[in-house]
Amino acid sequence: MPLLEACGVHGGYGGMNILHGVDISIEANEVGVIIGPNGAGKSTMLKAIFGLLQVTEGEIRLRGTPIHNQPPNRLVKLGMGFVPQEHNVFPSLSVQENLEMGAYLKPGSIKHNLGNIYEFFPPLKDKRRQPAGELSGGQRQMVAMGRALMAEPQLLLLDEPTAGLSPKYVHEIFERVKEINAAGVGILMVEQNAKQALTIADKGFVLAAGQNRFTDTGQALLADPDVARSFLGG
Amino acid sequence: MPLHLLRGDISVNEFVFFINNVVIAGSVTGSIYAIGAVGITLVFGIMRFAHFAHADMMTLGAFIVLLLTSMFPSAGNAVGMPTAIVMLPPAIISTALIAVLIDKTFYKPMRVHGVKPIVMVIASLGVTLMLQGLIRLFTGTGSQSLYVDDRKEIFRFAVPIEGVRMPVVLTEPQIYLFVLTVIAVTALHLFLSRSRLGKAMRAMSDNPDLARSSGINTNTIVAVTWMIVGGLATIAGTLLAMDVTFKPDLSFHILLPIFAAAIVGGVGQPFGAIAGGFVVGFAEALAVFNWNVLLRPVHDSLPTWLELPSNLAFVGTEYKIVVPFFILVAILVWRPTGIFKGKVI
Amino acid sequence: MSAHNPHRREVAVSPRSFPLREWIMLTAVALAVGAVFLSMGTPYSVRMLVEASCYAILALGLTIQWGYAGQFNAGVMGFVALGGFSTMLFTVPVNHAFWDSDLPGELGRVLLYLVAASLAVIAASRLNRLGLPNWLRTFITIVLALVLYMVVISQFRAVTDDIQRQADFIGGFGMPVWLGWAVGAALAGGVGYLIGHICLGLRSDYLAIATLGIAEIIKAFLKNSDWLTRGTATVSPLPWPVPGPGELGFTLARAAYLSVTAVMIAIIFVLLQRAYNAPWGRMIRAIRDNEVSSAAMGKDINRRRLEIFVLGCILMGLGGAALGSFNGLFDPQGYLPLNHTFLVLVMVILGGPGNNLGTIFGAVAVYIIWIMSEPLALYVMDLVTSFGHTHFGWDIPRNMESRALQARVFVIGLLITVVLRVAPKGLLPEKVKHHD
Repeated sequence: MPLLEACGVHGGYGGMNILHGVDISIEANEVGVIIGPNGAGKSTMLKAIFGLLQVTEGEIRLRGTPIHNQPPNRLVKLGMGFVPQEHNVFPSLSVQENLEMGAYLKPGSIKHNLGNIYEFFPPLKDKRRQPAGELSGGQRQMVAMGRALMAEPQLLLLDEPTAGLSPKYVHEIFERVKEINAAGVGILMVEQNAKQALTIADKGFVLAAGQNRFTDTGQALLADPDVARSFLGG
Repeated sequence: MPLHLLRGDISVNEFVFFINNVVIAGSVTGSIYAIGAVGITLVFGIMRFAHFAHADMMTLGAFIVLLLTSMFPSAGNAVGMPTAIVMLPPAIISTALIAVLIDKTFYKPMRVHGVKPIVMVIASLGVTLMLQGLIRLFTGTGSQSLYVDDRKEIFRFAVPIEGVRMPVVLTEPQIYLFVLTVIAVTALHLFLSRSRLGKAMRAMSDNPDLARSSGINTNTIVAVTWMIVGGLATIAGTLLAMDVTFKPDLSFHILLPIFAAAIVGGVGQPFGAIAGGFVVGFAEALAVFNWNVLLRPVHDSLPTWLELPSNLAFVGTEYKIVVPFFILVAILVWRPTGIFKGKVI
Repeated sequence: MSAHNPHRREVAVSPRSFPLREWIMLTAVALAVGAVFLSMGTPYSVRMLVEASCYAILALGLTIQWGYAGQFNAGVMGFVALGGFSTMLFTVPVNHAFWDSDLPGELGRVLLYLVAASLAVIAASRLNRLGLPNWLRTFITIVLALVLYMVVISQFRAVTDDIQRQADFIGGFGMPVWLGWAVGAALAGGVGYLIGHICLGLRSDYLAIATLGIAEIIKAFLKNSDWLTRGTATVSPLPWPVPGPGELGFTLARAAYLSVTAVMIAIIFVLLQRAYNAPWGRMIRAIRDNEVSSAAMGKDINRRRLEIFVLGCILMGLGGAALGSFNGLFDPQGYLPLNHTFLVLVMVILGGPGNNLGTIFGAVAVYIIWIMSEPLALYVMDLVTSFGHTHFGWDIPRNMESRALQARVFVIGLLITVVLRVAPKGLLPEKVKHHD
């Protein structure tokens, strides 16, 4: 059974549909990457999966359980984590409080998981008392990912985790994503750095105008001349 | 206090007068405004609208205390406290529940429809009128004392300096006021910085979408916020009513100072609101204080052409409401985010 | 989403050839007016219509602020009071006890001091141009402002005390009524400009807070400035712009007054309709509906907002002046948030914010309900208490009348929340034109 399966998803904001039938399917322990031009509905698809906007048609299942149009707090309970692209930390809360909020539904495991996160993102440990709003972009991204990981998700949704980061941090974040995946967490991410993202992807989904254009393994998409010409900048 | 700096015993008398009329009076109104403003700022932070019904929620809390006090007038004697203080906990609980109920009935349906914040403001004005109407239906429009069966103690502390006739005067409710303010502020601080719900409240005030994505049930947070707001409103309203009298119609007069305090402190910042409350309270006390009294000792040494008028107050007490308005305008012009950098402009 | 989906609602009010809603409203209001005529007699009913027409002017002022531009003014009362004050000051006969004494000169002297002190403070605030450090300039300015303020206010208090003692109050200017109304409108517009200038660039909540505050301050000022307004002693009678009841009898004089206010409403209505459909009105609505994109189109948002806010305040001042003259009495304590702010608010949100016709209908309809609710509330209260007395042996509390009237406060509050939820666009919604 796939970890996440979305079939023919239609949806959007306030009656205006942006998605016109998107299919996504990833197995446990896989990294899925969604790429495509601006306005293709990549981030919209992630939000639709996470119940942040109305799905009008189609189905989304997590391990076979239908989950579309469920409120986010239920999805977190079911083992899903979401890292938005922007505004992904609580700026006036300290780093540690940000992480604690991630485990809001599992207060018992906070102590144990905090240790793991600090081990995983060492820079955060020194800054744990500092308000997250004062951190640099890359460190904020670590806080955001750490917050999502605190709930011990089986599936992590990442919305452009490397947007606006310096190349050093881009590399760092991709490394972390690989490690998270290696620890047994399924990943579905939207990325602008399409080539780099596809190299670590088990599955790639190329969206355009709210529909799947290509769906294949990451390697196959990288090798496909059509994909390369239209979506990877030659 | 640098009492030794003041020459002669007469000036110490004037100084005690200053303490009574500015330091104590300012702390009293400051505490009430501070507790009131915290409620305003919490609603603003969590629900993003100016809650105009807060002053009448304070009146409602005091009204419930008044109701309970008249029902059991001698309950206080049993524990040696004013009955109104004994009745505070049940009144806090009732007002907290009523606040949640008001939200469920009037605000929540609008929030669900995603109306603009200003429409919520108008709805809260509707709620304030309903509360006013109901309270006055029961109490009439006159003022009543919260001391139904017990006496308001007045403490006079003699200043241990020779020749000082004027004592520092504190009333019993004022002492309760200070104690309860300290307790309320400490409890709020511990709640917001230590408890899981308190942190979630701050998180939601910071970023409601991310709070939802973290699995925080925002409905719970909203309900908890209303409970705290209702409870704090009861404390502030009761203490105000104990200090002076219970007046069912102070609504719009208390609203301006507490809004000014919340905005001065930075909207959404509970501790800013407390600071703002004291700023506004002291500003009022300083503005209505007759400065001539302090200058009296030096009257004789003044040149004859400089004859000081007997009234040297900045504003008369009847214009007290100008002070918070002036502060509000000043902060909106120079620093709309407030001194502690609020979240919403 | 339930049936209150905003998108669906807008579609429902697409322009029709036959204005059914308007006719139903018109008929209902006409029937209500007819019923009042039959039951309460003509003089009473004409009085009610005059007051309703004054309220209609206030409501038009609020409907352009709230309906056209989305600005919420919670201090209508203050602007109404300014209008009333101005008409009192300009039209009441000259008080010779004041003008024949040396008090006017004294007052003039203090006002000159005020101007001089203001100039001095402004000069001090520019000291940094002479090379003074900023902190020193600020310090000097504040200290100077405090000291000069104290000097001027002391002098001022002395003079106003003298005026009160020797002449009661300064009296009026004995000028024509229309001048008082015009100045009232201008005064309200001026205060509106100051408030709008400070608040319109900020969150809309702040405007509500500030207007609520300024209204209370205006009332406090008028109530306590006995030298200017006689305060709680009130001033009466105020002259009318038409021959008064003494010459024409109640009905005819009130009817004449009604014709004046009706003509004013007609003129205001036509001008507002034209403004609404003119490019200026379109721009205002564009700003209300989508601030960001209108800013991107290079529209000077804050200026347009200020214009509409001031215009609304001017109308409120005018309506307040007309209402003040008609009452024939200037009583600062008679200005109440309930009667002069929230009643107007209910008229607007019930009638249809942004729809001028709906607002006028709303004003008349709500005013009839309001006036009739007073005897009704007393009657219901009477029933309840006598029922309680006979069946449960209740003691009837004192001041029952004033308590019964508090029930109306509750009803107004309930109306506001219910209308906002059930019919947020009012009974006659603004007609949104679709260009799709």
